[in-house]
Amino acid sequence: METKKLKKVDIIFENEQGLSMAVLEKTLKRNPDDIILDLIDSGLKGRGGAGFPTGLKWKFTKNEENPVKYVICNADEGEPGTFKDREIIERVPEKIFTGIAICGYVIGAKEGYIYIRGEYNFLLKNLNVKLQEFNEKLKKLHFDFKIYLRSGSGAYVCGEESALFESMEGFRGEPRNKPPYPTVAGYNSKPTAINNVETLVYTTMICHMGPEKFKALGTTDSRGSKVFSVSGDTPIPGIYELELGMPLHDFVEDFGDGDTKAVQIGGASGFCVTRKKFNDTIIGFEGIPTGGSMMIFNSSRSMYNVLHDYLEFFCEESCGQCTPCRIGCQQLLKGIEAVKRGERPPSYLEDLKKLTATMKIAAKCGLGQSVGNPFNSIVDNFREEIIY
Amino acid sequence: MSKYMVNLKINNVPLAVEEGTTILEAAKTLNFKIPTLCNHPDLTVAGNCRVCVVEVKGARLLSASCATPVSEGMEVFTNSEKVRTSRKHIVELLLSEHNSDCTKCKKNGNCELQSLALEYRVGDHTFLSVLKPKDLLPDLSSPSIVRDNSKCIRCQRCVRTCTELQGVNALCVAYKGDHQTISTFMNKPMNEVVCTNCGQCINRCPTGALTEKNSVDFVWDALYNQNKFVVVQTAPAVRIALGEELGYDPGERVTGKMVAALRKIGFNKVLDTDFTADLTILEEGFELLNRLKSVLVDQDETVKLPMMTSCSPGWIKFIEHIYPEMLGNLSTCKSPQQMFGALAKTYYAEKVNVKAQDMIVVSIMPCTAKKFECDRPEMRDSGFKDVDFVLTTRELALMIKQAGIDFRSLEPEAYDSILGESTGAGVIFGATGGVMEAALRTAYEVVTGREVPFTNLEIKPVRGMEGVKEASIKIKNVKPEFAHLEGVELNVAVAHGLSNARKVMDDVRDGKTNYHFIEVMGCPGGCLGGGGQPIPTSEEIRKKRAEAIYDEDHNMKLRKSHENPEVTALYEEFLGVPNGHKSHDLLHTHYKARIRY
Repeated sequence: METKKLKKVDIIFENEQGLSMAVLEKTLKRNPDDIILDLIDSGLKGRGGAGFPTGLKWKFTKNEENPVKYVICNADEGEPGTFKDREIIERVPEKIFTGIAICGYVIGAKEGYIYIRGEYNFLLKNLNVKLQEFNEKLKKLHFDFKIYLRSGSGAYVCGEESALFESMEGFRGEPRNKPPYPTVAGYNSKPTAINNVETLVYTTMICHMGPEKFKALGTTDSRGSKVFSVSGDTPIPGIYELELGMPLHDFVEDFGDGDTKAVQIGGASGFCVTRKKFNDTIIGFEGIPTGGSMMIFNSSRSMYNVLHDYLEFFCEESCGQCTPCRIGCQQLLKGIEAVKRGERPPSYLEDLKKLTATMKIAAKCGLGQSVGNPFNSIVDNFREEIIY
Repeated sequence: MSKYMVNLKINNVPLAVEEGTTILEAAKTLNFKIPTLCNHPDLTVAGNCRVCVVEVKGARLLSASCATPVSEGMEVFTNSEKVRTSRKHIVELLLSEHNSDCTKCKKNGNCELQSLALEYRVGDHTFLSVLKPKDLLPDLSSPSIVRDNSKCIRCQRCVRTCTELQGVNALCVAYKGDHQTISTFMNKPMNEVVCTNCGQCINRCPTGALTEKNSVDFVWDALYNQNKFVVVQTAPAVRIALGEELGYDPGERVTGKMVAALRKIGFNKVLDTDFTADLTILEEGFELLNRLKSVLVDQDETVKLPMMTSCSPGWIKFIEHIYPEMLGNLSTCKSPQQMFGALAKTYYAEKVNVKAQDMIVVSIMPCTAKKFECDRPEMRDSGFKDVDFVLTTRELALMIKQAGIDFRSLEPEAYDSILGESTGAGVIFGATGGVMEAALRTAYEVVTGREVPFTNLEIKPVRGMEGVKEASIKIKNVKPEFAHLEGVELNVAVAHGLSNARKVMDDVRDGKTNYHFIEVMGCPGGCLGGGGQPIPTSEEIRKKRAEAIYDEDHNMKLRKSHENPEVTALYEEFLGVPNGHKSHDLLHTHYKARIRY
């Protein structure tokens, strides 16, 4: 198996004076198809967690014949344990704007939006100032494109792209039926390229440094680097940009406190990996993909409590429209409580695991579909902690 | 433009369907039944209950068949192991959130969740109950609609009905996650929000979460009371739909059997709302002619045109809330139900020699808003509550069953006289466009002395299920007293369903129209699609009911309201002339502006 050593890199937060404008001026002269080819060549996949190839997404949106298209930057960073977008927004907002503008140029959009989660409203003031400056610069470049800010109201599910569109359109943040996908009918039912904050910064940087340098990092399936939000039982919590494809073992060596019992990769909707499997687990799309959240737990932590917290979170943050998610989450939570109290036999956990299988394939959106990830990985690995 | 055909296989059976067809529709053509809950033929696709999931070969996820269009080469399985397990799980989950007290539920026996639970034999409750204790208290505040959230499965059919069909938005989705619920504005009780009591939500609720306020027991009490003289009136749309509740197919007319059943139940007199429908035509028709004269000749700016019909109490409450500035356009005529009540306790009471205070007037209506209407303080012109109790078509069926009547074996009987005679014009009140058609049949003849110029008196442009219908009639060769109408092109419009009413009202308000007369019915299809009619409903069913109504009209000897001999007698003996002093006292009313929140 192809693995990489843990290596810190500095692409995202590199903040050379005038970089954004230089990239923009250079890129706006290029053929949009060449930009797409560069992105496909770079192997960049979406950094929000789902990992859809960015170049393809832009290509699909570009190919749609519609005079109105949109670019949306998904800054609804709601996954528990993820806080890298906040840092990116604070430190290198121009690079995000640049990515949005390049995307707009490539797909043929005139408007871009940043949908930022309600809890980040404290960032709005600064962001707005920077955004006005940037929009002015776009005018000077005679590029007919404008970026707007939209603030969410604190619903986790609005990070799901179609719920985000609903929210932006002024409706309840409820995911839509798919198909149609956003590239065909997204915001206002127009073709929409929606990308994570970090992805857009990487597109800026790929346009800046060329796909080769990006491609040189990471593995075949997971090209490039990624910003991680490290939290939990670690002496050095924070934001780190690391090359993809490292074994979890290396990560724990560097970031753990020496007593790490498990790492939750990918936030509450991700997977829990135990000590036994640190060596065999690769962080990347071929192993366990992550939107950036790495939560480290040491032996003082009760995994029952961890799972209980996650399930409470999902019970509250499900939009509530579809049956498997709305009621399924409640059943999982009530179920582990009942097992803990001895009101249901330990074998009831098996029934609940079967329920997660249904949720995984029958829920309407990624939220309900992924609740089984933490549930199964924690119940399987820490069964005794759940029961006793 | 012809559509592409898409080839696919469902359960290994190949078929070709038009592009854009959903898997659910495609499966139906092959007679593969896929269960649904949140899906309804009148509403947009929601895809939230997930009961209709199917497996598509090669796909990671199951697809909601109601929301997924077919694609070329698709291979669908509607009953694979994954599908069956998931579907069973979903039904079990819904039941874990549901108050499964079926024996006490008003929808027992006509509940889509119950049928599904039976089909999947989910007897052993696998999951823990997540029913919320606070949901166990039903909202009984509305005079028409009972909302019991403990029975709600959050399919949002009611919300979509209220928004898409009615444009009222009384019901909405509130909160998220485990607190997500169907609610009203600020969670207020139903009688305090902008609800028109139309009951369309009831017609589309798959469970017992929305039902009508039941008055059957009050009516039985009245019937058992020896001191009371109980008369019943039946609305036009009841006779063509009642059968559906009693095992007949949609569109079968059971008028005579219904009259016989009402007698067997014990009503002292069985009378017909169609009679006051005919009366409404005369009152409203003359009101229109008066208004036209005031505007065209006297140029009286206080008189408003277009005039709008006022038979539908859901529509009345809608305009009172939403367009209070246009209340002057409403005809001041009471609805036929209330005209009947006011006459029953005055004119009729005298005729049958019963004291008004000893008379109980019961209405059988296709409507839940009528329950609200009869409670309005304006509806006491006889000195008493003009109409005491309103039963829906469904409630009448219930009474027939409770009375142990074998409906099928009944011999048809005729209505009692007086207040029982009617014409075809009164019958078609039950369908959208019917009031307009009836009014034109009479008004045209009054003005010109000739029959309305349509074959068989059938004014086809105002018939049918299109949301907004328009028609124009050129008035020529008038009688001398209507000289001011010579050459006038009378423009009329018909809207049914409050969303369509809203479109018309916006256009009228913005001065985009030149209508003289507008008929509005609150419910899709008119009264035949009313909120008190048998469940289920769909456009197909409503079309069959409409056919039955027009058949009934076609078979009547008298088909013009002004030819109703009992109406003529009523004017001669009691009222005087249409829109006269007595009419205004008893048959006309006023409206009040209501707040919008």
